[in-house]
Amino acid sequence: MRDVAVIGIGITKFGELWWQNLRELYVEAALKAIKDAGVDHLDSMYVGCMTSGLFCAQEHLASLMADYLGQRHIPAYRIESACASGGLAFRLGYIEVASGMSDIVLVGGVEKMLTGADATFALASAADQEYEAFHGNTFPGLYAMIARAHMAKYGTTREQMAAVAVKNHDNGSKNPNAQFPMKISKETVLNATPVADPLGLFDCSPVSDGAAAVILCPVDMAKKYTDTIIKVIGSGAATSTIALHQRDDITFLDAVHAAGKKAYEMAGLKPEDIDFAEVHDCFTIAEICCIEALGFCEVGQGGPFSEAGNTALDGKIPINTSGGLKSKGHPVGATGVAQIVELVEQLRGTAGERQVKNAKRGLAQNMGGSGGSSVVHILEVQ
Amino acid sequence: MAVGIIGYGAYVPRYRIKAEEIAAQWGDDPEVIKRGLLLYEKTVPNQDEDTVTIAYQAAKYALVRAGIDPKEIGAIYIGSESHPYAVKPSGTIVAEALGMTPEIHIADYEFACKAGAEAMFVCYSHVKSGNMKYAMAIGADTSQGAPADALEYSAAAGGSAFIFGSDEEKIIAEVLYTYSFTTDTPDFWRREHQMYPQHGGRFTGEPAYFKHVVSAGRNIMEMAGLTAKDIQWAVFHMPNGKFPLRAGQKLGFKKEQIEPGWVVPWQGNTYSGASPNGLTATLDSAAKPGDLILMVSFGSGAGSDSFIFRVTERINEVRDMVPKLWDLIHGRKFYLTYGQYAKFRGKIHLNPDV
Amino acid sequence: MIVPRHYKEMPQRYKLQGNRCKACGKVFLPPRLVCPCGSQDLEDYNLSWRGKILTFTIIRTPPVQFKYQKPYAVAVVELDGGGTIQCQVTDTPLEEVEIGKEVEIVFRKIFSEGEAGIHCYGYKCRVV
Ligand SMILES: [Zn+2]
Repeated sequence: MRDVAVIGIGITKFGELWWQNLRELYVEAALKAIKDAGVDHLDSMYVGCMTSGLFCAQEHLASLMADYLGQRHIPAYRIESACASGGLAFRLGYIEVASGMSDIVLVGGVEKMLTGADATFALASAADQEYEAFHGNTFPGLYAMIARAHMAKYGTTREQMAAVAVKNHDNGSKNPNAQFPMKISKETVLNATPVADPLGLFDCSPVSDGAAAVILCPVDMAKKYTDTIIKVIGSGAATSTIALHQRDDITFLDAVHAAGKKAYEMAGLKPEDIDFAEVHDCFTIAEICCIEALGFCEVGQGGPFSEAGNTALDGKIPINTSGGLKSKGHPVGATGVAQIVELVEQLRGTAGERQVKNAKRGLAQNMGGSGGSSVVHILEVQ
Repeated sequence: MAVGIIGYGAYVPRYRIKAEEIAAQWGDDPEVIKRGLLLYEKTVPNQDEDTVTIAYQAAKYALVRAGIDPKEIGAIYIGSESHPYAVKPSGTIVAEALGMTPEIHIADYEFACKAGAEAMFVCYSHVKSGNMKYAMAIGADTSQGAPADALEYSAAAGGSAFIFGSDEEKIIAEVLYTYSFTTDTPDFWRREHQMYPQHGGRFTGEPAYFKHVVSAGRNIMEMAGLTAKDIQWAVFHMPNGKFPLRAGQKLGFKKEQIEPGWVVPWQGNTYSGASPNGLTATLDSAAKPGDLILMVSFGSGAGSDSFIFRVTERINEVRDMVPKLWDLIHGRKFYLTYGQYAKFRGKIHLNPDV
Repeated sequence: MIVPRHYKEMPQRYKLQGNRCKACGKVFLPPRLVCPCGSQDLEDYNLSWRGKILTFTIIRTPPVQFKYQKPYAVAVVELDGGGTIQCQVTDTPLEEVEIGKEVEIVFRKIFSEGEAGIHCYGYKCRVV
């Protein structure tokens, strides 16, 4: 296995992008990443996308994107693992470079969600269609059930969940690409329109259009392109049952835990060695459960841990410096790649107002469905 | 060979609308409805309920009381004027869900409010003839009255299921006599593709309901050599509260003999499930071993099937096995506004999905 | 057109027909060929029609085929005798839906496919 570096990043604005279609979004992010890296060719490409079929009636995505990126004839792969599609695409791109099969690999993620399709229906296809979605449950509904169980088991409060949203909007207000870059108050979260009790509108990440891309190459070769070598030092992925009701403990994201454990072991690190992290806050309760499963706090203590400010930009472990899915936006297939983009910005020291001081090691955790899949990466600046 | 009901069950939804609520919507005087028709409130199916789910629940209760293997049932006939499909049987769904398929004869019946009783008639005949060991008859409906029509105060949801068999020790109510009285009398109808039925107003009274119900009642009693004094309880089809009382009076029955099955003032007219629910309510409450029960159905169009049952000791063993109809009627209930009711019953013109 | 898909799941939706691992005793709906414990020795098992609520939510923004049913409760129900399912809570005021409440399974129409498609029946629960 060769050591692998991230040498280029590109991202579009996230939001309601009525004047860009699926391919234009992807190509914009990919071209930015290619330019940022300064590479003159690609050996292969991975496209993370959850459901262009339901949103845009478009499959066969990898070839479409390769063609429009001006890369006809390269091998290209479309990766799907619901909302973890981008993270998983990154892992596969990493493996391809590490294996020696390819040198320059582009990993992109994209989702065009504002297409007139019923987003609630499309997203519910990441749940167990016949045994969850059939009964009228939705993604907010599934996480609401996790939240309710977490509140009952650990005493987690709506205020604690609201603190996650407030913090992520604080961070997002410093991110020019964020979909909702406004600061919000705890009251805004608590008094928002209920979506799936106990979750309200401000507990939920938005429906977004957007794309992100990164370029990978062997560390040995990276020096040719950049002086700031950002190395992938840990990669872990795991699955679990996608049907929430079949999980042994509804409040515990076991796939996140398993993926995190593999990444930590590979990197030879512990949670306390991580300087900052992007985690999958598709809902406020998700961030709470993710930081528990990743070991940033005790299991069951994610609520008070967040409320106490530990996850703020200047806290013990800054979480979602980009604004997270909550404020930055959540074009599902792009999210996992966008997390890597944020890690690279922080590790390069180019994150501007939201820069974490002395950021040496960052963790990105991407999650599919209600936790049926998860991917964790740890990046380190050399 | 004795043939009779070996299992029975009834079901009505938990939702209700009061006569006052409907009257307020259309500018009627609720006291006139309540006094004139003896209708106080009616059941309304939840949005997830229809004839199939009502039939299913009644049938499930009947199976518990019968204590038999569903696979032994040779036929299931659901009588209804509100089958969820115009084409595709209701019976297959209920039979499949209750584990009766595939060796079973299935048909859906329709004869206005008589369809449940005629299913009973055929099931009884199958067992009597030795054609099959057990047969299940269900009368269930989620009927619709047109907005602002007098029928809107009565058209309700509910139903009963009866399993017929000849196992002496299982019979709860033995069928002693059956009789049918039928003519072509267009008192009430619904044309294909119409949402609501039409009716002949006062024409539905004497030439339709009373002529058929009273004839079927009188003739079966004559056939049996019985009078209203020999029969403990009587059930007549209940399009409203008043008609069954008057029909009973014409045949010499006192109000007290009708009351145990007189569910209509609080339940409404459950159409194909109306006289069947009257029978289950009577079995559930007043009927004692040895009692005779007269049941006379009525279906517009028009006809009446009548039965005389003799209740056995078994009633005391099975009565409390499942929820009783009177308890369902007076138990947990939720009152709807007219707007909610209109939504539940699909009376609101919705924007189609694109 | 969802007929073939729904048809295939009818034994599960109509009768809670699942299975149980003979090695570890876990109960599954739908039935599995392989238990998460690794065993492939599973037996047919019909799940119970009684249980209790483990967690729940109230759906206020439903998918399109449920839009006229809102708001409605969906719960994870642990059935007596093993197995957990997810289903709607019907016939129950929303404020009465709580963790730990006893429920009975009832047979209901889950949704109808558009104006002209089939009615899909299956299990829901209601608080007893
Ligand atoms: Zn097992």
